[in-house]
Amino acid sequence: MRIAILSDIHANREAFEACLTDAARQGAQRFVLLGDLVGYGADPGWVLSRAQEMAAQGAVLIRGNHDEAAADVHNGMTANAAAAMDWTRSVLTEAERDFLHLLPMEVAEEDRLYVHADASAPTRWLYVRDAEEARRSLEGTTARVVISGHVHVPAIFGLTASAQLVIFRPVAEAPVPLTRPRRWLAVVGSVGQPRDGNPAAAWSLLETEAQTLTIHRVPYDIDAAAAKIRAAGLPEALAARLHHGL
Amino acid sequence: MARTRLAEGTVIDGFTIGRLLHTGGMALLWQVTHPDHALPLVMKVPRLAEGEDPAAIVSFEMEQMILPRLSGPHVPRFVASGGFDVQPYLVMERVPGASLLPDSEAAPLPPGRVAELGAMAAEALDSLHRQHVVHLDVKPANILLRDADSAVLVDFGLSHHTELPDLMGEEFRLPYGSAPYMAPEQVMGIRSEARSDVFALGAMLYMLATGRTPFGDPQRIGALRKRLWWDPPPPRELRPECPEWLQEVILRCLEVQPERRYPTAAQLAFDLRHPDQVALTARARKLRRDGWATTMRRRFHPDHQPRFGRSAGAVAGIAGAPIIVVAVDVTDQEGALGRALRSTLHNILATLPGARIACLNVLRHNLISLDSTLDSQGQNKHVQRLVELQHWAAPLKLPEGRITFHVLEAVSPAAAILDYARLNRVDHIVLGARTASFKRKMLGSVSGEVAAEAPCNVTVVRIRDQAET
Repeated sequence: MRIAILSDIHANREAFEACLTDAARQGAQRFVLLGDLVGYGADPGWVLSRAQEMAAQGAVLIRGNHDEAAADVHNGMTANAAAAMDWTRSVLTEAERDFLHLLPMEVAEEDRLYVHADASAPTRWLYVRDAEEARRSLEGTTARVVISGHVHVPAIFGLTASAQLVIFRPVAEAPVPLTRPRRWLAVVGSVGQPRDGNPAAAWSLLETEAQTLTIHRVPYDIDAAAAKIRAAGLPEALAARLHHGL
Repeated sequence: MARTRLAEGTVIDGFTIGRLLHTGGMALLWQVTHPDHALPLVMKVPRLAEGEDPAAIVSFEMEQMILPRLSGPHVPRFVASGGFDVQPYLVMERVPGASLLPDSEAAPLPPGRVAELGAMAAEALDSLHRQHVVHLDVKPANILLRDADSAVLVDFGLSHHTELPDLMGEEFRLPYGSAPYMAPEQVMGIRSEARSDVFALGAMLYMLATGRTPFGDPQRIGALRKRLWWDPPPPRELRPECPEWLQEVILRCLEVQPERRYPTAAQLAFDLRHPDQVALTARARKLRRDGWATTMRRRFHPDHQPRFGRSAGAVAGIAGAPIIVVAVDVTDQEGALGRALRSTLHNILATLPGARIACLNVLRHNLISLDSTLDSQGQNKHVQRLVELQHWAAPLKLPEGRITFHVLEAVSPAAAILDYARLNRVDHIVLGARTASFKRKMLGSVSGEVAAEAPCNVTVVRIRDQAET
């Protein structure tokens, strides 16, 4: 099974479409949308309805902190994120906000767990950025492989036999084996707002027979996505950062 | 986990276990057969019993990740691997030849043989480095001879792949590797330096040339660290018959700072294949170990202690230190094309501080007189061409050691340049193209043939024809 994992789409239609096209070309048979469909970007309605269509065809959808905030209060957001969130709430229908609010926090499939942020406490929306945070996340679950997003910077952590953790920055297009019986935690990059210095949209392909995960990077029409952010009157910084991938 | 007890006749996933070939510290090697594979095969099985070194498992997993990603004649061909749920194993081609262990036991070997074995090993390492892998356990037992002129590297259990998570790096504080050959930075825990393999190969060449290892076989970390400041006796002190060029090559490999070693295994192979072109420095003439004061300064003075950067990376090193061939038609060297060629080369060199240039000229043979022995006139012609090549290159102001000069004698210049590029692992060929001429029409285009057939980049320098602009 070839599973495409798309996280942190953040209402960026251009990036989302580019990733879906690339995933189809790579023969993806199943889709997991790992949270944060909305927030920051200017196309929440389009992204959400596309995600709903995909869900109807069997895609797994996970709740992210921005999805939750769209339906509820937004605690602890930066000023720019909060401004974008107020706008997002105003353009979504109540039914759409309810849909986001009811997304599951996590989904387990075979020996894998899909979750937006830290698996040990999904509702706290903690970041998994280093070996210590990865240990906390992995130790909070029994899944062999945890796949999460939220950070917008791809990383793969391996938990070794002597309980040491290895952090590895995956190279785009190079498959990384998630060997059995070793435990792994993969932080996939962001579709709609990459922050690792590479502005190309990131999605990941999980191949279950080979047990490999490959990060793919896809160029997309950043100018169009940024122009829409500006046209919607959202903070300029949210448009500008897309060009830098920061 | 249910484990099969392996014995002759056991069948695992279609592989029938044969003879036990080798019992190593971390794994066992069995001869195996499979109805679908005519190739002779071996199965590597990790030692997993209670109390065994946990490194054996991780090392085995690393090899299971790395071997399937490797290709080419310098590694054993990967066939199959099995997971840890039943019986972990790795099946690969059984390389026909012996390892260099018998050679190391017979050491000291004649210098020519040392260079030949070293060049083959360096060429295999170059192939590995180009596939993003640092071997980190280069030693006679891990180098097999496939045939008379090609070596195979085996055992990737300690290797580092720049595009894979490095389980060995984080799990074990103690450096793993083979004490007699391990590079100083590897002793300090750095695993991403391709030139660590150049050091290990240098230690092996030292051993093959002198009959002893440069640093003994220390077993404790403190003793291992001694190689950061203690210089081994120069090979020529132990073996006066060791030529200066070989000592130069060996001691350059054994430099403590990776930046002072050969930048790539390909450049090391180049020197071992062309002993007469090795640029001799103080290393070549050294006949004694450094004095007590120098050694103590290296040991204790903070300014004299080596510093190792974290990530040179196997690939970055090769990209910055290519071997570039420039084919020069010396009959037209000060013409417009000769100058344009030099200027192009100058621009290429400006961005590549580690690049090394081989300046070629092809002396055409007449097919009919091919077997005639060179008369005195022919000899002079050869020397004259060399002098002209040096004259052409002089304005580039390259230090000795970065540029070498070669006059090839051949019937077909293009074939000679292509052969040279293949044998010497050349990364880039720069040559000029004549504008349309009677000569080109008659002889065909050398640059065209080289560009079409070359195993590497080709830059063709051409003067714009003023009539066509």
